[in-house]
Amino acid sequence: MYTKKNSFLIGVSDVLPLMIPVVPFGIIFGAIGIELGFGPYITFATSIIIFSGASQIVIIQLLSAGASSIVAITSSSVVSTRHLLYGAVFNQYLNHLSIYWKLGLSYLLTDQAFAVSNEYFKENTENKFKHYHLIGSGLTLWLIWQFTTLIGIYLGSIVPDELGLTFTIPLTFLALLVNYFRKIDHLIVIVISGLLSILFYDAPFKSYIIISSIFSLLVASIFIRFKKK
Amino acid sequence: MSIWISIIVAGLINYLTRLGSVLIINPKRMSEKTKQVLNYVPSAVFPAIIFPAVFLDLNENLVRLNDPKVLSILVAFISGLITKNLIVTILSGLICFWILLFVIF
Repeated sequence: MYTKKNSFLIGVSDVLPLMIPVVPFGIIFGAIGIELGFGPYITFATSIIIFSGASQIVIIQLLSAGASSIVAITSSSVVSTRHLLYGAVFNQYLNHLSIYWKLGLSYLLTDQAFAVSNEYFKENTENKFKHYHLIGSGLTLWLIWQFTTLIGIYLGSIVPDELGLTFTIPLTFLALLVNYFRKIDHLIVIVISGLLSILFYDAPFKSYIIISSIFSLLVASIFIRFKKK
Repeated sequence: MSIWISIIVAGLINYLTRLGSVLIINPKRMSEKTKQVLNYVPSAVFPAIIFPAVFLDLNENLVRLNDPKVLSILVAFISGLITKNLIVTILSGLICFWILLFVIF
């Protein structure tokens, strides 16, 4: 039996392993905000208003380096464009919901919540409360992100640089992707996207993520055409 | 003040990127092929986050193949394939990274 409560709780427990990098990253963000001179209010508000680690780091680094607001906003937004792809995937599962649900759930649509709730949605299409899974995963991430930002703001860089904890970010995404490596078509898409991201790393406004994503999805669409024949 | 405005505008745009597809696209009108392509979204997006973080150093140069990050991601990858467990994958890579960083290098 699917219930709101158990869908929510599965969302919470599914996303918990992914908090391993979020905790140090949140603290690092809070500390960087203070170090760069933004003060506690702006730094904390950034985590609430933008609520996306990569976009937040990009905008505060550019603003503090003296870049114009337009450049900072554009770069931060381009980094966010990958969410359009996540939304397109989730739309298949959430379209029956009211506009209010969509407005609220969209705020919680992060990389981590997408990764775990997408797997859940695929396997539990008949669960009519499946959006509660996204609330569980999204809200857990939100709370931990805000809490760790506060820790970073008030305690500063308590995470030593030497530990190299930012390395847990690629580790987490690799862990999420590992099962896709078993399928040859996915493997090729993964390798192409990865190589392109290195190649286009210097592209303007940090557009390498969306460039690599779109191009490798085009490759995927070619695979699908061949599969049909 | 302009910093507040920049953050708020960036936040609004960021929110619109999350909301946009959910609001605009009608899945009933989406072709079967598009739905199949969307199955590849994790495989298309996540590598673009992984690869630069592993294979580029702070100066954006390619790292050597015996770099601790490269070796550790390989260990994580193999343990992920074997165990299929998220936490084991992440921690095996992190522990390997620390051993290489503090004990060997």
